[in-house]
Amino acid sequence: MEPSAEHISNAEGLALPVAAAPEKSVFEHLHEWVVTVDHKKLGLMYIVYGLLFLVVGGAEALLIRLQLAVPNNHLISPEAFNQLFTMHGTTMIFLAAMPLVFGFANYLVPLMIGARDLAFPRLNAFGFWLSAFGGLLLYFSLIGGEGLAGAGSAPSVGWFAYSPLTSRAFSVGHSTDYWTLGVLIGSFGSIATAINIIATILCLRCPGMTLMKMPLLPWLYLVVSGMVLLAVSPLTAAQIMLLLDRFLGSHFFDTQAGGSAVLWMHFFWIFGHPEVYILVIPAFAFASEIIPVFSRKAIFGYPIMVGATVAIGFISMSVWAHHMFAVGMTSTGNTFFAISTMLVGIPTGIKIFNWIGTMWGGKIRFATPMLFSIAFLAQFLIAGLTGIMLAAAPFNWQLTDSYFVIAHFHYVIVGAIVFMIFAAIYYWFPKATGRLLDERLGRWHFWLFLIGFHLTFDIMHIPGLLGMPRRIYTYEADRGWGMLNMLCTVGAVFQAAGLLILVFNIVRSLLKGQAAGNDPWDAWTLEWATSSPPPEYNFAETPVVKSRRPLWDLKHPTDPDWKYE
Amino acid sequence: MQIGIVGLGWPGASLTLSRGTSIFAPQSTPAHSILHLADFVLLITGAIFVVVFSLLAYAVVRFRRRANDDGKEPPQVYGSNPVEMAWTIVPVLIVVVLTLTTTRIIHEIQDAAKPPGAVEVQAIGHQFWWEFRYPKLGIVTANELHVPVSLPQNRTPTFLDLRSADVVHSFWVPRLAGKTELVPNKINTMWIEPERIGLFLGQCAKYCGTQHSLMLLRVYVQTPEDFDRWAREQQALPPADPMVAAGRRVFERNACINCHAVRGTVGNGRYGPDLTHLMSRDTLGSGVVTNTPRNLRAWIKAPGQFKPGVLMPAMNLDDQQLDQLVAYLATLK
Repeated sequence: MEPSAEHISNAEGLALPVAAAPEKSVFEHLHEWVVTVDHKKLGLMYIVYGLLFLVVGGAEALLIRLQLAVPNNHLISPEAFNQLFTMHGTTMIFLAAMPLVFGFANYLVPLMIGARDLAFPRLNAFGFWLSAFGGLLLYFSLIGGEGLAGAGSAPSVGWFAYSPLTSRAFSVGHSTDYWTLGVLIGSFGSIATAINIIATILCLRCPGMTLMKMPLLPWLYLVVSGMVLLAVSPLTAAQIMLLLDRFLGSHFFDTQAGGSAVLWMHFFWIFGHPEVYILVIPAFAFASEIIPVFSRKAIFGYPIMVGATVAIGFISMSVWAHHMFAVGMTSTGNTFFAISTMLVGIPTGIKIFNWIGTMWGGKIRFATPMLFSIAFLAQFLIAGLTGIMLAAAPFNWQLTDSYFVIAHFHYVIVGAIVFMIFAAIYYWFPKATGRLLDERLGRWHFWLFLIGFHLTFDIMHIPGLLGMPRRIYTYEADRGWGMLNMLCTVGAVFQAAGLLILVFNIVRSLLKGQAAGNDPWDAWTLEWATSSPPPEYNFAETPVVKSRRPLWDLKHPTDPDWKYE
Repeated sequence: MQIGIVGLGWPGASLTLSRGTSIFAPQSTPAHSILHLADFVLLITGAIFVVVFSLLAYAVVRFRRRANDDGKEPPQVYGSNPVEMAWTIVPVLIVVVLTLTTTRIIHEIQDAAKPPGAVEVQAIGHQFWWEFRYPKLGIVTANELHVPVSLPQNRTPTFLDLRSADVVHSFWVPRLAGKTELVPNKINTMWIEPERIGLFLGQCAKYCGTQHSLMLLRVYVQTPEDFDRWAREQQALPPADPMVAAGRRVFERNACINCHAVRGTVGNGRYGPDLTHLMSRDTLGSGVVTNTPRNLRAWIKAPGQFKPGVLMPAMNLDDQQLDQLVAYLATLK
């Protein structure tokens, strides 16, 4: 029994200063978070950091949509518009999506495999602070982008920053350098985290947990982390080459001195395409945990789910040039990348069928995490089908760089990834905080966001088919795109409202949410076996498992999983 | 010269379109080939959507937890090899069919032979305008591409080779063909074979800097006779009118000639559009404003008012110089 607690009860509030003395000050709390190497604290820091930038990137998207709502709009100058879409894309991929998915990995992987922390806790902290510093550096360009002379400016080279637009001749000032450095440093953080997750999963599983008895989430993160190593490394190499071009006069991408613009494209997309899967496989991971629990059934076809994920990982490393069908490759090259891209449809199709198979014959509970998961299934199906259209190279020559492709990849990034991140927040928030998020607000959030999403991104396909290219700040009234763009903008407002409800729900539930208990969803994986929030050491005793659903075995001693697996 | 405004032809988008750029209204051989492939892909993906979405919707409705639920867990099923085999093999078959069709269309478009009557054009992308050169005809023009209609009995497709003077651009006229990029240090080729006369709109589709948005593109498809007449007019030197000698001096003695060329004068710059037959073009600034002497004067005075971010600077000429210069340029028919 701690003396401070007795003081409070004895003095009945009169001795407040005395009672408060052993309490930690704000600075001590802050210090604890800054120096922490605990995977749960770092995971939460990643998630909060990602959510902050999700709001910032969302605000940028709103400004873009406001400018495009009507033809010949003069709300935003072309320079500012180009900065907005560059910052929106870079922010959402590198500062929102990556921290969010790695935040969940940080928090969940050790808990789900019965470990006390990641394999290299200090490397983990290092990775987070690198990522955070990268984000700050990118946004510092708003102050320092023009160098010491004059006001700052954000980069305006687009999130894939094609050379030679990034060369000194076309990008004066330092905004492009801040973009390069920000992405480069953040990428080092991602690589560090990926190494850490691989080592953790391979070395720290609890007794009894063979690889094929591991829950799907760590499995999928193992694949994702391998892809990060293979895909993010070329990006960092390209960024260093770009820095050499800009500061030391090398000519990798400097076309005026004989460099190659296409070389950058290859470097960027051999990162950029696997990156889509690096982000969406965690969404698959969340779905593979949430759908079974809310359908009350084991995942359907676990081995083939693992196999399909590994297959996606391999195939996705050989599809990058489908972003370059219009660059002027040979017909052989175009054919190769069309075929390899369509192959991705097979393992992803298997996954969708297996999730439906999981729901089949179950008893589905429509709590908020499941609502988002069901919407994810439908939306990811559509995203995959428009992906097949884009894989048909000649069709792609019409669709690429048009609003159709914007609609397609937002279907993946918002319709699949963001929806599943929302599902994951509702699902694991009680574990991390001990309190449930409010279900009524959750449903408001879900429906508003769903309506807004479909209003914006369903309709956005059409102007692309009608010839509207991406990244234009304005268009003429007689092109017939006006009404469609207006509807997209209205949808964006709905989505913003949904996102604000989530933020409000988080704050409100932190203060006075319903207590969650250890296992509010009646779930089956190890993280639900410890307290909410878990103690620093996660498990007082190292758990021993016999199947993929250790808590099912506990709850059903007469009918355990290990008899059937 | 007769330029028809081309209607849309796609029922779903008859909203406000008069100058349509719908990919569903092709008017040129490669665009037709693409639409055939697109229709096939849409059919297959549409069928997949109906089947899978129905399964999902059925599962959600049929297997929802009922109000009178007994609280027991449903029977646990861990998988089924035959079922999973089935939904692996079906997608494999679909992918095989799709790849075969796609491969055929890629070959059909990319490996098409150039017929003897083909028109050859060099298209060069600049920030933020298009240069068109007809090497066999000795013509240089900008932003408005003129090509003959291709008749079945006498095919005259236009083969473009695409280059860039600065950054990556992308040539896109949706009703004539898909996109091909203009990449520095690389020569790309594409072709169009328009089957009816008219004006076809397009624009740069690859982000190329501040004014990417207004890097507009106009393709005038003409009858063979009209095209020949246009070509002859372009080949001729503009008349040297003594009435506008003062304006010509303004042109030749200012920075205009650093960037612009007018054949028969000292101006031979290539950074900006060739002005030899400026007044034969319908628009200024790669399609942002109609080409009238009044707009031309306003453009020279402050191009940025029409096209913020344009690389042409305001020339700081006084009113008299402007009048003289516009009078001179107006003779460049």
